[in-house]
Amino acid sequence: MSDRIFGVFGMILAVGYFFAALAIEESFLSDAVGPKAFPLIIAAILALSGAVIALRPDPEPHWPALGRLAEVAAAVVVLILYAEMLPVAGFVIATAFAAAYLAWRLGSGPLETVAVGAGTSIGIYVTFHLTLGLSLAKGPLGF
Amino acid sequence: MELLANLGDGFAIALSWQNIGLALLGCFLGTIMGALPGLGPSNGVAILIPLAFTLGLGATPSLILLTSVYYGAMYGGRISSILLNIPGDEPAMMTCLDGHPMAKKGLAGEALSLSGIASFVGAFLATWGLILLAPQLVKIALLFGPAEYFALFALAFMTLGGVSSTNQAKSAFAAALGLGLATIGVDTQTGVPRFTFGEVHLYDGLDFLVAIVGLFALSEVFIFLETRHGGSDAAGRKLTIGKLYPPVSMIRQTTPTMLRTSVLGFIAGVLPGAGASLGSFISYSMEKKLVDKNGTFGTGDPRGVAAPEAGNNAAAGGALVPMLALGVPGSGTTAVLLAVLLALNITPGPLLFSQNPDVVWGLIAALFIANFMLLAMNIPMVGLFTRVLMIPSRILMPIVAMVSFVGIYGISGSTFDLLVMIGFGVMGWVLRKLDVPLVPIILGTLLGNSMENNLRRAVTIDNGNWWTLIDSPLSIALWAIAIIGFVLPLIVGARVKAKMHQRRDEEGAISD
Repeated sequence: MSDRIFGVFGMILAVGYFFAALAIEESFLSDAVGPKAFPLIIAAILALSGAVIALRPDPEPHWPALGRLAEVAAAVVVLILYAEMLPVAGFVIATAFAAAYLAWRLGSGPLETVAVGAGTSIGIYVTFHLTLGLSLAKGPLGF
Repeated sequence: MELLANLGDGFAIALSWQNIGLALLGCFLGTIMGALPGLGPSNGVAILIPLAFTLGLGATPSLILLTSVYYGAMYGGRISSILLNIPGDEPAMMTCLDGHPMAKKGLAGEALSLSGIASFVGAFLATWGLILLAPQLVKIALLFGPAEYFALFALAFMTLGGVSSTNQAKSAFAAALGLGLATIGVDTQTGVPRFTFGEVHLYDGLDFLVAIVGLFALSEVFIFLETRHGGSDAAGRKLTIGKLYPPVSMIRQTTPTMLRTSVLGFIAGVLPGAGASLGSFISYSMEKKLVDKNGTFGTGDPRGVAAPEAGNNAAAGGALVPMLALGVPGSGTTAVLLAVLLALNITPGPLLFSQNPDVVWGLIAALFIANFMLLAMNIPMVGLFTRVLMIPSRILMPIVAMVSFVGIYGISGSTFDLLVMIGFGVMGWVLRKLDVPLVPIILGTLLGNSMENNLRRAVTIDNGNWWTLIDSPLSIALWAIAIIGFVLPLIVGARVKAKMHQRRDEEGAISD
């Protein structure tokens, strides 16, 4: 069933891509092929392979239980928050929280969670910023 | 003689303090990444690229660092295969078959050092193969026009689909997806924006480094979260190594095996679409057919340890040949290495050898040096790396995730790129669940633009005649190989592939 849904999704993607390709504005100075032809070929391959996947599906993959799915979704949300907060809170603070969250969710105890969070964040800051001079996000506190 | 002079120049470049230091660092990190299940050559290299890039390393030093990681991972993978029966990365899966039984018999030290020697022999011979074969391939590639290049790219995608996945339709889908992603941004020939939907960030196109790190590194973190695999595979087991040096008779017994499988692995590596996993797989299968008279393979036969290790290291060297000489990588990790070159504005292919001989020969010399370093690290110092196996992934994975973010943020300093990377991470996770190979996606985003440009150049030169694509014998030959490479696995490949992927890393490390 997963493969059938995936295949249909592939075909919908192909159709969307096809119309977006048709909507490309041609410049008056164009080569013989133009900017549309290659995307149209790709849309065809995308649609064809999507159709084959939908018609001849593989055995069902092993999907995690709803709880594990929520786990991944929560991690995505945390990482998005991390990306957004990085310029606001500064590298060290944001990274400490994100790393600690991941360690916690992978099963670290409270002490280890704090240690991984602080260790990762400060370790990266010292190695990459102080030693190697990579510029990281600066927060209000300057780090 | 010209070859030796070139090699001499290469050594002059590689023997600077910086380059030796980078090779040493690369070998060390590579062995660790190879040894840890979940981190393999392709995602290991992927995490390090943005860093090499933001640190302002030049082309030669970056390549030395990253190919040392690649070679190192090929060595490191065997450690957990032998000690834990869990392949450290996919190319090392065949080493489990005889390596772990040897360890159970109390011969872990012998198995480790023997496989270290086999890795050395494989990599050493393959580096010579690279030196001898790449310039010949360059001579052929100089005959290529745009139409032939277009055919060559098609060949790369079609043969990659034949080997990397059990489902051709999914590989084709992945390739088309990658090529489609590459078309996002301003069209290089006419200057019109395509698929940007008014988003200014997309005018430059998607940065393929962002795609690579997201697909390879971040998706791994999600897989670990999903399975809540937080512990260490080595936890609760005693890793005893025992006597480290194998008896001379064992080395003598396995020498013919090493030499044969090095050649075989190298050839497997050079072939488009095949990487180190296939190299170790066919090496083991061939040796089993050839010398296993008493049925000892699978029960801890030293030849069964030497064969896949010589094979996968030789294949790693072989896979560099098409990447450097043609600019078309045949495996996951070489695709990632191609990204390094492209990010540094160096176009691999025949012109690389004439315009940047320092890069090519410096890299080759560095590979020789790295190989000796790896031998030293992997035999006398192997105990150090077995301790790395004790690190639980609940500590490792947050570090992997954060280093990925640092690398990408270091390149652009933009939150938008980080969000795109998270998007690719989620996409990678879903696609891996559905058994869609990721390598064709990466290859598509890397080669998409030059594939399209070659197509348009070829047709434009011939005044809009599309038949020009199959006009020369060379391009007809390339198309023929491409079609055979795509169709043949449909007929005979299913059985072989099913066997090859049977022992796949349970965390689903990326095929290489």
